[in-house]
Amino acid sequence: MKKLIALLMAMALVLGLAACGGNGGPAVDGKADFKVGAIYINSKNDTAGYTFAHHNGITTAMKELGLDTDKQLVIVDEVPEDDEQVLSAIDTLVGEGCDIIFGISFGYINAMEKAAGEYPDVIFSHGTGYKSNETNFNNYFGRAYQARYLAGIAAGMKTLETGNNNVGYVAAYGTEYAETASGINGFALGVQAVNPDAKITVKKLGTWADEVNESAFAVELIESYGCGVISQHCDSAQPQIAAENAGVFGCGYNSDMTPDAPKAHLTAAIWNWNVYYRTAMQAAMDCGEASKFVETMGSGAYYGGLKEGFVDVSPLSENCAEGTQAVIDTVKAMMVNGEWDVFSGVKLQIGADGSVNKVDAPLVDNAGNEIVAAGGASVEDSVITGTMNYYVAGVQEG
Amino acid sequence: MDKLGVITSFIHNIVVYNIPLLYGTVGEIVVEKSGSLNLGVEGIMAVGAIFGYICGCYANSLMVGILMAFLTAALCGLLFAVLTVSLQANQNITGLTITTFGLGVYFFVGNGLKSSGWPIMGNYDNIKAGFADLPIPGLSSVPVLGQGLFSHNVLVYLGIAIALFMWWYLNRTTPGLKLRAVGEDPAAADSVGINVKFMKYLHICLGCGIMGIGGYYMGLNMSGSFNSSCWINGYGWIAVALVIFANWSPATAILGTFVFGFFNTLRVSASSLAAAFPGGLGWLGSIPTQVYQALPFVITAVVLVVSSVRKKRGSGAPAALGLNYFREER
Repeated sequence: MKKLIALLMAMALVLGLAACGGNGGPAVDGKADFKVGAIYINSKNDTAGYTFAHHNGITTAMKELGLDTDKQLVIVDEVPEDDEQVLSAIDTLVGEGCDIIFGISFGYINAMEKAAGEYPDVIFSHGTGYKSNETNFNNYFGRAYQARYLAGIAAGMKTLETGNNNVGYVAAYGTEYAETASGINGFALGVQAVNPDAKITVKKLGTWADEVNESAFAVELIESYGCGVISQHCDSAQPQIAAENAGVFGCGYNSDMTPDAPKAHLTAAIWNWNVYYRTAMQAAMDCGEASKFVETMGSGAYYGGLKEGFVDVSPLSENCAEGTQAVIDTVKAMMVNGEWDVFSGVKLQIGADGSVNKVDAPLVDNAGNEIVAAGGASVEDSVITGTMNYYVAGVQEG
Repeated sequence: MDKLGVITSFIHNIVVYNIPLLYGTVGEIVVEKSGSLNLGVEGIMAVGAIFGYICGCYANSLMVGILMAFLTAALCGLLFAVLTVSLQANQNITGLTITTFGLGVYFFVGNGLKSSGWPIMGNYDNIKAGFADLPIPGLSSVPVLGQGLFSHNVLVYLGIAIALFMWWYLNRTTPGLKLRAVGEDPAAADSVGINVKFMKYLHICLGCGIMGIGGYYMGLNMSGSFNSSCWINGYGWIAVALVIFANWSPATAILGTFVFGFFNTLRVSASSLAAAFPGGLGWLGSIPTQVYQALPFVITAVVLVVSSVRKKRGSGAPAALGLNYFREER
């Protein structure tokens, strides 16, 4: 094994030297030599879900940059979150001569950190993680809570229209992960901006994918808790289909779920992964050498939001209450301009007439603790991505 | 919160989400009674599910769906029978292979069709109407229990009917008793003129067909939404364990399904029950979800331990289970 790695490393080195010798200049000139590596948690042939979204993002970005996805993309898929297996996938990709390696799953974090030290000439980019270095290793994630807030507005306006203040939320996890907690809180604050009396009930699955229970939990929220809008943080469209079958409404996640539930779906918080992948690949080609990658990106942590177009809401369906589009456009513009953000001491009050007003109000968790004082600045990004372990007021687990 | 409504929906959910287990279990009991241990339930249910769903939609008929689910799953059974009965292949390995094969077929067909145009259940009125709840007149108006137990879709009733019929067949009819003889001691059965091969072939196919209908149910219950995870979601494996729970009796399988379903559904409903009855059941809400997630499997493990301790004594396990019968070696 050691010999093999040494051989592969030697090959990579030779190839690398050859690439440098041939072009001399920045890597953009060597576009044809640029190789992208990707490590997926599920199959690259998936037609929906998390891996599909990333694969789609990577291939779209490559096409936008004029790269050949057949020859310049090397994928190792179905790699479980196990250091040994991730490292062996990385060895394969480095051996193939990849210039940048994307790892899409959170649990790849330690293996990627280790590999970044081992292979300083290769760029490592880790999705949803929080580790990085100064040279060739960064992480990327997005402000999904901003998109969630907009979806929350659509849900809130629906609650006013139907007169049902109960909103349900099928979540993979709750406060265990900042990712889910910030999503739930962002959504809840959006609902409350429109309807301060709304109550959000969260049911957590305890796993990232479980279609049968995603459906069952939504039915439970509708039947036992009387929820009239169902939001979700899970892979499949089952919660939306359950909402459709029960004649209530819902907000999806990851992709536009209107085709799955044409009579129920309002809008979904979605990711445009290609936005990051294009930025990262461009930076990798521009930076000349791997050690300058983080410097070229500006930071070891890419955290794009509505402004970058990295997250967004899917086109509003006909099921949305009247005037929803105008309010969402206004609020979205405020976040794109950087004029206002979700987790701060300033809240938006959205009137029935569609007016949007900023008011100073503290951010309070559901145990009554003040997180941000009235008028205070936004919660740090590192909290939103790493340590947010509370629900805001008005959110309860069911 | 409507307190009685919470109980009703709890009971309703126990039935709705766990009936596929009954199909899988009864099917596996029929197969095992012939002396064949088929570990391919998961894959066979997947095959029945995908073909049943697609053909049912195209024909816009629930009946066609059920029939196709049965036939395609029975074909998998035929494959299993050819390999283990005629070619004497190891049953465990063959079963596991069938699981891999079945799931492969499921994703191959599903992904292939998804790229060209997936049938959406909502567009097929007869399927949607056929799978809608069909309250039993009279019984369904009993308070609380009525809506929970006697207002279900037709496949729930069919599942119960098949289980009861199979119990009767295995215990009260000549072919059923002959089948059990084959499962207990094929050589003895052979010597009294029972066609062992034919009995095995027939019942392996029949049992697998029943599993297939269970798979179809799963697909319909998921509203035919095809995703990266399989509709069967591990239910096939649970069915294999439930056979032991049910002590190889299709009638007990009904009980086993609902006992297992009770714990399975607690995960969904525990917090609602706790919220509706804070006095008596409030403690349910303080148990972490992970415990509920693990509970059905802990129960399965306990049952397996208990049943292996009581072994032999009153066990319904066919004596020749898992052993291939080769006439020339008698």
